[in-house]
Amino acid sequence: MTIQEIQNEIVDEFSMFDDWMQRYEYMIDLGKSLPLIDERLKKDENLIKGCQSKVWVHGEMNGDKLVFTADSDAIITKGIIAILIRAFSNQPPAAIIDANTDFIDEIGLKEHLSPTRANGLVSMIKQLKLYAIAYQTQLN
Amino acid sequence: MIEKELMFDVEKIRKDFPILHREVNGKPLIYFDNAATSQTPQQVIDCIVDYYSRYNANIHRGVHTLSQEATNAYEEARIKVQQHFNAAKPYEIIMTSGTTDSINLVANGFSAILTKGDEILVSALEHHSNIVPWQMLCEQTGAILKVIPMFESGQLDMETYTSLLNERTKLVFCNHVSNALGVINPIAFIIEKAHEVGAAVLIDGAQASPHIKADVQALDVDFYVTSAHKICGPTGVGVLYGKEEWLLKLPPYKGGGEMIDQVTFEKTTYAGLPHKFEAGTPNICGVIAFGAALDYMNNIGFETIAAYENELLHYATEKLLAVGDVTIYGTGKKVSVISFNIDNIHPYDIGTIVDKLGIAVRTGHHCAQPIMDFYKIPGTVRASFSFYNTKKEIDTFIEAIKKAKMMLS
Repeated sequence: MTIQEIQNEIVDEFSMFDDWMQRYEYMIDLGKSLPLIDERLKKDENLIKGCQSKVWVHGEMNGDKLVFTADSDAIITKGIIAILIRAFSNQPPAAIIDANTDFIDEIGLKEHLSPTRANGLVSMIKQLKLYAIAYQTQLN
Repeated sequence: MIEKELMFDVEKIRKDFPILHREVNGKPLIYFDNAATSQTPQQVIDCIVDYYSRYNANIHRGVHTLSQEATNAYEEARIKVQQHFNAAKPYEIIMTSGTTDSINLVANGFSAILTKGDEILVSALEHHSNIVPWQMLCEQTGAILKVIPMFESGQLDMETYTSLLNERTKLVFCNHVSNALGVINPIAFIIEKAHEVGAAVLIDGAQASPHIKADVQALDVDFYVTSAHKICGPTGVGVLYGKEEWLLKLPPYKGGGEMIDQVTFEKTTYAGLPHKFEAGTPNICGVIAFGAALDYMNNIGFETIAAYENELLHYATEKLLAVGDVTIYGTGKKVSVISFNIDNIHPYDIGTIVDKLGIAVRTGHHCAQPIMDFYKIPGTVRASFSFYNTKKEIDTFIEAIKKAKMMLS
């Protein structure tokens, strides 16, 4: 599936929820199911600065696809990461660079995109895109 | 007790605060982040509107009526601050942009006084704004920064403090109340002991001022600093109280208009106190509104405020502990602040959920990372109560915490 198709699928899933509590409960569940990042990757270089909760992101190439793993010490943040990874991981770097993030707004998480929000969703997306740019440069 | 409750009509007070009647995420706002900033009563808002509607002008220079009215109101506000803190002279009150600015002013002044090997003591409970300027000062002067340690209870270790004091100690720095924990520090003792070795003491009153009216003469403190926005006043205004002898000793902090006496290209002589430290156009409106805020608070009375807030603190503490799996950081003598965590739940997650329920609390390290490192935690949830909060709001908060705990466990 393309990034856009996955994002549409996520938007469909979230449209089933009536209120914020159901959305957050779902995110918390996603957070709990996020595959654990390799402990050795939980190092300072992979830490995203400026978050209230700790967020580690690691990206590496698997064939022509860029694969992300990540973790956080806060469960809601982990849920957000799980959504991002589902949308962006295992995709060609070029597609990740070009992808938009409008779906975040559509699933009712716009508030997390505010720069004042300390969970660093904006920084997380930036980090994923930076990985994509770096690997794309290598491919070129 | 009943008599006191009758005297203090919280519902009447809440009518003074327009913001308390708004909704957040479809729920009535419950504002428990008072330690970060307090809300503003209509009386202070009116004062701001009145200033810009009637007598907005630059001060201390114009001969025209507006300028004189503004100057008078500004200087009257200084006197209100002086009386509030019981400073001996009005010119011992320097208006600044806030606590951080006040601290930096003193730190900058001490850079001219300290020499290599001198020692500065800071408490382990400090806000970053109280650590960084002193670290910078030490780097600049070769002075040494030493830390007054804390106990698990959040109380400072006074025995170690006393043993750290010596003839090389030039400055002791401590907050009156810890911003992360709400613990009240024994500042009278700290000041007395520092003076025995001839060290000056700077007390950060930012967290104490909304709850405790400090008497700078009775405390015999050398410097006392706070921010207006913690005491129902506007942001961008702060105060530095300094003993006259110290303020005369310290060099000016910023150069500019207002702070000069004579200027030629060869030499400038500085204005006297307090203008030496108030370069440029100050936050005139803000200072006047700060005066109005102090009037508002004093009108209710700090004893009444403290008694009611203490009641809220005990009520909330009891209810919160009953939720289970709760750790409260900082015990003993406190202001109405509860810094806590729920076992195995990140404070950020709790903050996010209770925000959805219309409740504002602070989460994180509260700009006091060393304290979080001490407890080996990423941060805490901090609920801080003001005299305009109610027990009913605390009940709603407890329900929200239970819901968050259920969702996040």
